[in-house]
Amino acid sequence: MAELTLQNVSKSFDNQPILSDINLSVGNEEFVSVLGPSGSGKSTLFNLIGGLYQPNQGEITLDGDTITGTRGSISYMPQSPSLFPWRTIVENVMLGSEIIGKTDKRAALSMLDRAGLSGYENAYPHQLSGGMKQRAAFVRSLLSPQPLICLDEPFSALDEFTRLEMQKWLLDLWSEHKRSVLFVTHNIEESLFLSDRVVVLSERPATVQREFQVPFPRPREESLLLSEEMLRWKREIYQELKGTIQ
Amino acid sequence: MVIILLFILWESASRVFEIPEWLIPSPSQVWEEGIAGWAVYNHHLYSTILLTVTGFLIGSSVGIIVAILLHVIPIFRNMFYPLIIFSQNIPIIVLAPLLVIWFGFGMLPKLIIITLVCFFPIAVSTMDGLRQTSTELLHYMKMAGATKRQTFWKLEWPHALPSLFSGLKISATYSVMGAVISEWLGAKEGIGVYMTLASSSFRTDRVFVAIFLIMLLSLLFFALITLIEKRVVAWKTKGVETNG
Ligand SMILES: Nc1ncnc2c1ncn2[C@@H]1O[C@H](COP(=O)(O)OP(=O)(O)O)[C@@H](O)[C@H]1O
Ligand SMILES: [Mg+2]
Repeated sequence: MAELTLQNVSKSFDNQPILSDINLSVGNEEFVSVLGPSGSGKSTLFNLIGGLYQPNQGEITLDGDTITGTRGSISYMPQSPSLFPWRTIVENVMLGSEIIGKTDKRAALSMLDRAGLSGYENAYPHQLSGGMKQRAAFVRSLLSPQPLICLDEPFSALDEFTRLEMQKWLLDLWSEHKRSVLFVTHNIEESLFLSDRVVVLSERPATVQREFQVPFPRPREESLLLSEEMLRWKREIYQELKGTIQ
Repeated sequence: MVIILLFILWESASRVFEIPEWLIPSPSQVWEEGIAGWAVYNHHLYSTILLTVTGFLIGSSVGIIVAILLHVIPIFRNMFYPLIIFSQNIPIIVLAPLLVIWFGFGMLPKLIIITLVCFFPIAVSTMDGLRQTSTELLHYMKMAGATKRQTFWKLEWPHALPSLFSGLKISATYSVMGAVISEWLGAKEGIGVYMTLASSSFRTDRVFVAIFLIMLLSLLFFALITLIEKRVVAWKTKGVETNG
């Protein structure tokens, strides 16, 4: 079980409002994307949920417990893979669970195998390609015991082809190991392809401008990306982001 | 290569110009004395090695512990960092006689000198290594809910190791010099003593033997640290050739 709610959360840095009155929720085993332009405060939102800062106002709860300002209650995957260069891949993917409690090497090895990283268990991060590092970082967040995973633009540094591969791979793995996911991105198509719901943030200070329930059934195929319906949705969200609805 | 060339030049120069042995002996003469005099100097060598290793171990432990303390407790850092820099500006040559006055001619003042010499490079390199920990990785540790202790042992410490080792390598060579200088102050045995005795009796060949022994010792010590470093930070080189 994992249900995240943010109620009236605001945050300013140096008297400059970045987030203003954010209301947001992620249901159990739901995949929610937060869509916003660069610099709109998406990472700040994660830092707040992760307990790195106190919000200026508002409350964050996970399964009814207040987690405002509490660290370690979510599993996190940053924009860069952030693997530890002196740890082997299997040691790296166990780090999240190692910090919180017990590690399970067998589970780690089977998850790596499932993630297409078998043969690289004892390699070091510098021996892996960019996509493989991101996969390892995602496996690390899956192996962390927390029921909610926060992914901060995990694929934005990858090239177009690798990104699509990774998106399909992510959906595959997620459908097998259902967790609640909060996914931050500035890519409209990515948010539509992956998630159940898309939350659009406005320009500064960021507020929740609108929410879209994504109607596409799962499992989702690559062909969806080129469908008429996808284009229609992309246009609608694009105009919403531009704030220019006819 | 350059060293061999230098030796050949030196050897031929001392033959051609017939420089007297007590002024500058030729490499072959130094070599002969080095072999023949083993019985004369080997106990000096052991004594110096023991002193160097003990001093180095104490000095580097102190350096590492101080670095960790200053890193973990920021108030200490602001208070003591200038003091550490300042302490490095006290010339050892000036300090050494004082230490003898205070602590006599035993092991203690010698160990203090080597410790002082080793301490600085290790403390500074360890502190730098700790401080330069990747902010990305620190951010991950915070988001993952790591405690201060976990962040230190799982992230900052391993991150500081390569930097710490460069400090250790510098200190390793310094510590040999420190040992010899401390022996000059007064000791029963050691390469420093052997050197003093040799120069006061115009055994220039033995002075050169001593110089080469010191160089050899520094080199060996350096190599030993490098070897340990290769094992400890194996991840840096491992698999580079297999996976490009
Ligand atoms: N710790 C901080 N101190 C001051 N300003 C910050 C801090 N963190 C983020 N900001 C500011 O908040 C804004 C939003 O940043 P960020 O959350 O990283 O945006 P995004 O992830 O959407 O690109 C930026 O203008 C950034 O300068
Ligand atoms: Mg960001």
